[in-house]
Amino acid sequence: MRFAVIAFGGSNCDYDTQKVLTEVIGVECDRVWYKDGLSRSYDAIILPGGFSYGDYLRAGAIAARTPIMNQIRDHAIRGGLVLGICNGAQILAESGLIRGVFTRNAYPKFICRQAHLRVETAQTPFTNRFKLHEVISVPIAHAEGRYVPSEGDEVTAGFRFCDEKGVLTTESNPNGSWESITGVFGGPNLNVLAMMPHPERASEMILGSSDGKRIFDSMAHYIQVSAN
Amino acid sequence: MEYTAHITISLKKGMLDPEANAIGHALSNLGFEIGSLSTARQFTISFPADSHEKAEELADQMCQRLLANPVIHHSTIEVTP
Repeated sequence: MRFAVIAFGGSNCDYDTQKVLTEVIGVECDRVWYKDGLSRSYDAIILPGGFSYGDYLRAGAIAARTPIMNQIRDHAIRGGLVLGICNGAQILAESGLIRGVFTRNAYPKFICRQAHLRVETAQTPFTNRFKLHEVISVPIAHAEGRYVPSEGDEVTAGFRFCDEKGVLTTESNPNGSWESITGVFGGPNLNVLAMMPHPERASEMILGSSDGKRIFDSMAHYIQVSAN
Repeated sequence: MEYTAHITISLKKGMLDPEANAIGHALSNLGFEIGSLSTARQFTISFPADSHEKAEELADQMCQRLLANPVIHHSTIEVTP
């Protein structure tokens, strides 16, 4: 089983994500510089957080139009797993791999704090280690994370912001996302997930929560089951 | 021939504009009475094209493929020689 973490100019969570995958989850993981392209096939591709191209134009807009994204699109169409975290989620939205956009927070400041999320769909390649409607704690860190759907589209939500009891309230929706959605599925088999919260920052108890680890565990489980 | 496209990207009607809200609030603090305020972004791009029509077509493609996100944006294009 081999994962790839793609580094763009301005990515800054690439090493953190790679460390969690290799040292905590225990899978092989290459850090791939976007200009090098994918030189082999991978079971899963992760677009990490950061500020690719300084968020110029719109967050993720420029990275979404680099040639490696064509390879990642082909991988997704074939059913390969693609996870976009924070800036990676913005890149997936800008590249059309999920529908809708993540844009300026309703109150336009950078928010960096722990958030409660409710698991909205449990039987997926990314959430099979969770119970439906389970409440988890994963940090967010973004200024452009407000989810806006494409008009008339049906959205399959992975996670919604909620309070500690799992109730969706205005107060627990920190960036004003539509219907509190902060994780969105795409791909032919829900094999693409774009999420604003950072699971790699919640993968070891020393960081306050290991709920995010179960997203990577879910991916590894799905890949293992699919291979058998 | 060289043409110049003036491309204005604005938010679609009804889209929340947090930046405009913050600017409007600051103007109110300065004592201005603000009815409504919206923001837009303008790009001025010079490029070669065979004709005026072709230049408009190229500018439109630039909007669709990069400059605007059709989920939230509306764009207007003005091409001059």
